[in-house]
Amino acid sequence: MTDPVFGPAPEQQADPELVQLLTPEGERVHHPGFDLDFTPDQLRGFFRDMTLVRRLDIEATALQRHGELGLWAQLLGQEAAQIGAGRALAPQDYVFPTYREHAVAWCRGVDPVKLLALFRGVDQGSWDPSEHNFGLYTIVIGAQTLHATGYAMGVQRDGLVGTGDPTRDTAVVAHFGDGASSQGDVNEAFVFAASYNAPVVFFCQNNQWAISEPFERQSRIPLYRRSQGFGFPGIRVDGNDVLATYAVMQAALQRAREGQGPILIEAYTYRMGAHTTTDDPTRYRLSDDVEHWKLKDPIARLEAYLRRNGLADDEFMTAVAAEADALGERMRRECHALPDPDLRDMFALVHAEQTAELAAQQAAYDEHAASFAEVTS
Amino acid sequence: MTTMTLAKALNAGLRRAMEDDDKVVVMGEDVGTLGGVFRITDGLQKDFGDDRVIDTPLAESGIVGTAVGLAMRGYRPVVEIQFDGFVYPAYDQIVCQVAKLHFRSQGRIRIPMVIRIPFGGGIGAVEHHSESPEAQFAHTPGLKVVACSNPADAYAMIQQAVHADDPVIFLEPKRLYHSAKGEVDESAPPAPLWQSRVVRPGADATLVGYGPTVSTCLDAATVAAEEGRSLEVIDLRTLSPLDLLPVHESVRRTGRLVVVHEAHQTLGLGAEIAARVTEECFHSLEAPVLRVTGYDTPYPPARIEEAFLPDLDRVLDAVDRTFGF
Repeated sequence: MTDPVFGPAPEQQADPELVQLLTPEGERVHHPGFDLDFTPDQLRGFFRDMTLVRRLDIEATALQRHGELGLWAQLLGQEAAQIGAGRALAPQDYVFPTYREHAVAWCRGVDPVKLLALFRGVDQGSWDPSEHNFGLYTIVIGAQTLHATGYAMGVQRDGLVGTGDPTRDTAVVAHFGDGASSQGDVNEAFVFAASYNAPVVFFCQNNQWAISEPFERQSRIPLYRRSQGFGFPGIRVDGNDVLATYAVMQAALQRAREGQGPILIEAYTYRMGAHTTTDDPTRYRLSDDVEHWKLKDPIARLEAYLRRNGLADDEFMTAVAAEADALGERMRRECHALPDPDLRDMFALVHAEQTAELAAQQAAYDEHAASFAEVTS
Repeated sequence: MTTMTLAKALNAGLRRAMEDDDKVVVMGEDVGTLGGVFRITDGLQKDFGDDRVIDTPLAESGIVGTAVGLAMRGYRPVVEIQFDGFVYPAYDQIVCQVAKLHFRSQGRIRIPMVIRIPFGGGIGAVEHHSESPEAQFAHTPGLKVVACSNPADAYAMIQQAVHADDPVIFLEPKRLYHSAKGEVDESAPPAPLWQSRVVRPGADATLVGYGPTVSTCLDAATVAAEEGRSLEVIDLRTLSPLDLLPVHESVRRTGRLVVVHEAHQTLGLGAEIAARVTEECFHSLEAPVLRVTGYDTPYPPARIEEAFLPDLDRVLDAVDRTFGF
């Protein structure tokens, strides 16, 4: 019912537009704002990326089931959102991930075994962020959106926004999810980014579930509309459509690099797996929902398009499958071979300049550990 | 050599740090045009521009969180938290991100950030404006915590904190901002940041304070001297890491120790100091280590804050008690 003074309730407003370039049936459609042409190589590349990161995810999940990982956060179903977002980046762009951006890490050249190491409990992120322009996984949800905004403020101060040089102009990406959209930090990041017109793209994968809480618990309006209240544009894209996600992300990044400020992208997708391997989604959602989203599978729709248009043959598909098998085999082998860290090495990592207190604790630990060595030798 | 207030010394130190390194940026609420509610950043925006002296939206987590990003981009943010009690909205960013990024990244990411916090009471303020949260930060691995007590230290320590490659919680005794005046020699080589210091030698008992309680301890020592008792006073300066070597050395001579802080007693810095002194100086102690602190109540309404704060009488009373064992 429309309130006579305040107007319609949020849920009564028209259904939001969803930018889509490839339908779930694999039909290529066009959008006036994002009418990109994709080369056959690009399309095959997207297919290969998505197939390999799905294998990466399946292998990691299996490794957890076999007791090799303590935990794994599955990306199943979100391959298109992440590959589209990842492949639209320029080398100089910088990404701040959550703990589920395995496919973006893939695009940034982070070895999947390093993701396994984190979830195995060997370390807390062993890739060099500055080598990949890909930050460390952030477990406290939303915290990294402020880091991204601050980093973008640094980019502004470095004079690397709006120079017109496509090899220098830099954008920053803040990944987060529908659950994190309720966090104060995300909302503060919106305020800061808007206030300083920072070159940051807020990329929200709305996978419909924050562990067991449905999207409706986080928001009464489509998430992409949140940005309007903060003073910058927002857009919803079909997150299971790699072409649309790529096109929208590319335009948003370019806009940020040119100095037109922040933007919010809501990649509308679905978490096909559990929140993590500790979770049991059968307790809170209907299998009908999952079946419904299976029909929107990001890889199947691209495969249908490729095959129907003669852009990929059996030979290509077989080669990608073989590559996925090899990736899986390597992940298993290298995961098993990961050495445990040594607690004694932790004391030197706390500060850039170690304190005498920690040096003393390290010495005490060494002495304690050595006493066991004497017993066992 | 110039005579200046503690506030002016901090301002001069910040100015010097900004001149020395153009990656130093100052950010916080009202730090620009206004110069901060205590005027610590007075004039800096005019001289260094609003790219380097940044008035922020009123959101402490946002301030510290964006400062993390600036640090990752190679800047050295100096963040002002307007009042001690306002730091808690930023607590998650400080404890989970600022403190842990170096460790998490195996040393690849450095966060050379200074978080300045005016702390302590005695200014007749409303709630949340008079707190002493140092133990919460000193308890957090990855943070360093220092407190200045006089203009000369303030001038040097703020520069040293800015130059440090680790995050530093920099506590400023707000009630001394404009009342503590002292000589500042801008060309003098500073004492190392991570060292405590004997500020008044003595022989009979040791008093340890930091920030606002150093002057309380010095006053107590003056009065005690008139009564024939010689008290040694140590200004801790660094709360994390703790530098207790001067304290141990002192207690081995005096056998008696009283720790004075405004923060609540239970699990405060005094408890840690008592434990460590007991470990290191057990056979020298003539009496248990005593603490004179704020009580374990929330900070009280301003009309009765003097009764809450450690004062001359409570310190001298504790000294008397150490002689009663």
